[in-house]
Parts: sequence; C-alpha cells; structure tokens
Amino acid sequence: MARLALRKSVNAVMFSLTFLCTVACLGVLFFILGYLFWNGGRDLNWNFFTKLPAPVGESGGGMANAIVGSGKLLLIASAIGLPIGILGGIYLAEYRGKTFPFIVRYATDLLNGVPSIIIGIFAYTLIVLKVKHFSAWAGGFALGIMMIPIALRSTEEFLRQVPSSLREASLALGATQWQMILTAVVPAALRGIVAGIMLDLARVAGETAPLLFTSFGNRFWSEGFDKPTASLPVMIFTYAIGPYEDWHRQAWAAAFVLLAMVFFFNLAARGVMSWRRAQT
Amino acid sequence: MQITVPHRMSQKSQIQTVIPTSRKRQMDTRATNGTRERAIIRSQNFSLYYGSKVGVKNITMDIYPNSVTAIIGPSGCGKSTFLRSINRMNDLIPHVHHEGRLEVAGQDVYDKRTNLVNLRQEVGMVFQKPNPFPKSIFDNVAYAPSLQGIRNKGELQHIVEQSLRAAALWDEVKDDLRKSALALSGGQQQRLCIARALATKPRVLLMDEPCSALDPIATGRIEDLMGQLESSYTIVIVTHNMQQAARVSDRAAFFCLGALIEYDLTSKIFSNPSKKETEDYVTGRFG
Repeated sequence: MARLALRKSVNAVMFSLTFLCTVACLGVLFFILGYLFWNGGRDLNWNFFTKLPAPVGESGGGMANAIVGSGKLLLIASAIGLPIGILGGIYLAEYRGKTFPFIVRYATDLLNGVPSIIIGIFAYTLIVLKVKHFSAWAGGFALGIMMIPIALRSTEEFLRQVPSSLREASLALGATQWQMILTAVVPAALRGIVAGIMLDLARVAGETAPLLFTSFGNRFWSEGFDKPTASLPVMIFTYAIGPYEDWHRQAWAAAFVLLAMVFFFNLAARGVMSWRRAQT
Repeated sequence: MQITVPHRMSQKSQIQTVIPTSRKRQMDTRATNGTRERAIIRSQNFSLYYGSKVGVKNITMDIYPNSVTAIIGPSGCGKSTFLRSINRMNDLIPHVHHEGRLEVAGQDVYDKRTNLVNLRQEVGMVFQKPNPFPKSIFDNVAYAPSLQGIRNKGELQHIVEQSLRAAALWDEVKDDLRKSALALSGGQQQRLCIARALATKPRVLLMDEPCSALDPIATGRIEDLMGQLESSYTIVIVTHNMQQAARVSDRAAFFCLGALIEYDLTSKIFSNPSKKETEDYVTGRFG
C-alpha cells in the first residue's frame, strides 16, 4: 500500500513540476511581449514607419530606412539561401546514395550551429574587405548563408513525407525523375516548403551580429544595394546603447516592430500549413 | 445465371467450382482466337531477383492482345513482381537484377536502348490503392499528355474527355473537372487512375489488384469496365480474388513461390487444371 502511495505522490509532484515549467515558459514569452508593447507601443506612429531618424532632441523622426533596409537584406538573403537550400533538400530527398548525402546532411547541421558573428566575419572578409565598403550585398550574403541549413533540412523533411505511391504513379505515367520531382512531388509538398521558408525568414530577420560589419548601418536612405544599409536589429542595438532617452524609446518601438515581423512570419507558416484546401 | 461445374479431378473431393457467367463474354472462343495472334507480351525464362532473394524464376508465358489475362496465386508468390517487371517499375528497388528476356510488342524491355519513358506510356499501370495526385480531376488526367509536351488547351480537353469516357467516369465528373481528385470516392478515384493511365493511349494496361481496396459495388463497376476496355487494350490483372479472375479473364496464370505453375484458358484452369497445385489452389485447399 505504501508503494502505491509513493508512486501516486511522485506522479503528482512530476505533473506539478512539468506544469510549472510550462507556465514559466509561456510566462517569459508573454512577459517579453507585454514589456515590449508597454514600452514600445507608445512611440509607434505614422512617423515611425515613414520618416528618417531625426537629430537628437527633435521629434517626428522614424525608422523607415531601417524597415526598408531589413526588407532589402531579407530579399538578398532569400535569393541566395533559398535556391541553394531548396534544391539541396530536393537532392537529399530524391536521389539515392550513402556517403555523399550523409556528408551533406552533417555539414549542413554543422553550418547551422556556426555562431552568426563568425558568418559575419566570413562575409566581411569575402566581400567588404575586397570592395572596401559596407553594403547590403555583404549583409544579405551573410544572412543567406544562415538561411541555407534550415531551408535544406525543412525541404528534405517535407519531401520525404510525400508518399511513395505518388512517385510511383508519376513514373508509371512516363515521367523522368526530374519531371516527377517537379510536377508531382514538389507540388504535393509545397505547403510544407513554403512554411519552411516563412520560418527561415523568421529566424534570420532578427540576426544582428553578422550585420554589424557587413551592412553596418545608415542614418539615411541607401540607394541600391551597394551602400551601407540600415536594418532594424542594428538600429535597435545602436539606439539601445546610446545615451539619449529619446533613442531608448525609439529602440523599444523598433524592437516591437521587429518582434511583430517575426511573429507575422511564424503565424504565416502556421497558416500555410493548416489552410484547408477548398473541396469544390 | 451461373454454371455449376462438378469436379471429377480427385476422388477425395466433390468440391464444386462455380463460374458465374453473368458478365457474359465468349471466353472460350475469344481465347482460342488469341492463340493464332502474335503475343504482345512474351516472357522467356524471365527471372527477377531482389539481391539474392528470388522474386520470380523462369517465367515463360505469352500474353495475347485484346484480352484480359489474370495472374493468380497465394501471397508472396511473385505475381506483382512479374507484373511490375513488364513496365520496369521494379527498377525503383535497389539491388534488383534479372535474367532471361521480357518483350513487349517485340521490343526487349530490359535492353539498354529501351526508352523507359516510351515503355511506360505504352504500358500503363493502375495500383492497388488509388493514388490520384492532389490536383484537380482535369490535371490528373491531363498529367501524362502534358508531360509529353501537349500544351494546346483544346487538345488536352479532348484527351481528358476521351479518357474519362473510356473509364466510365465522365458522366459523374463532367460538371466540375476543377474539383480536387481527392474529393472523389474510392471507386471513383480508382476509375480516375484508370482514366489517367488511358490518357497516354497505351497498348497494355497492367492492374495490380485494382479492386482490393474497393467495396463490392465499385469492384463490380471496374470489372464491367475491364470488359469494355478489352476490345481496345490488353489487360493484365493481378488478383487475390479467384472468383474475380474467373469472372473477368480469358486466360489465367497460376503463380506459386515465384514460379509459373500453370497458364491456360480460364475455363480450363478453374474446371480442369492439369497440375495438382493449381487444383489445390482453385478449390481452396491452400492459399
């Protein structure tokens, strides 16, 4: 009888412990959200989204260049990271082999674990030092490298989930292997691949370290892609450690916008996955 | 109407095999016509191995055009292996190798020069579980023709309608071809898969237990369909269901443990088989 009582109490303790940890987890998230909203929400106005930063002390400034800059960087990063990642994922999922795929997977996982600042240094050495100036190309390149592992693994996972009966059906109708991949397998896995892209963007949108010495930052608009470019994470960094109260408030607002952006991508990923295809 | 054929083969049993003739087809006369025609599929001592395991061994048989040939036998005896060898779907399995010769329309299937794409367009396949693509009905049937390069909308429409009519599905889906194929019932999906295979205008249609995942009514419709398709196509069907084989086929091949035991007119296999194993199987003593 005592045995049973002990087992029951262990059960109860563990349940309470795990429940508390879950609450703590959610609590942290909601705390950050609430804190950001409280501190940053006040300074969000039309100016924030449309005006350039104003000199300290003057009101009416904004972070329009940082928002557009982040957009530019994500564009370049997607152009570099997504094709490599998705095509690599297709290769791993569809073509047979033992050693080479194993090496590719392992190397990708290692790349995923490389600290982002080291990737920044890599982009710095490769591009910035050569052309002797900061640019959106360098920043986008660094972010693009970070996008590759996630896109690759997620594409591979979703392609593997496509049942082999679909592949057989396609081949039995006279498709070559590439035709089968392009017209039957990828369309079936498309939802998952798009969700993977959204999550990839969410991960990379907030990276700061690699941008510190590749795109560097800009107080003004940067035309084209070949100039130093402002971005939200770097702007937050610069303003948060600055000495001005004004700047701190702007940093809170920028942090809120950045978080909202990341949340948007995450929710979009969820939405894509659970979107019910119309039956008619 | 049903014919009850009493057995005198073995003195130990008086089991009667029932051959239903409700789908009235001139089984005997048509089949004997076939012997005078050239075979469309010839297998000469064909064997297929999965690594070191035997899939089928020394299969020699001729399949004649415009007929339904059933391959029957217990589980694991190589029926599907042989069927899938005809359109080289077994190539997808690693470590597979073969011996002997397998010809379709006079062309060695395993020849290095054989164009796999052309082969699979000439020899269509329908699988056990209906596997339509998660696309619209129209896109499913138009899949193979568009792979072949046909882009003209009118031509595709025509092919889709022809194939759906041939598969006896047109009347049920003609109002909305944009509907998702996955919204159809199991029997409709299987007929869609048949339409999809017919879109390439194949000469041979391979069917790997096409009705085993379907209810009896859907099964009946597909069996009727086979009867209609027989005049234009050669059908080879693998089936676990002996009565189905007796209903639909002109000739039947009995496989057991990877070997071809007996291959003859269906009426003979079911009423007066030459081999004891065949008799044991069709009378239900094993398998």
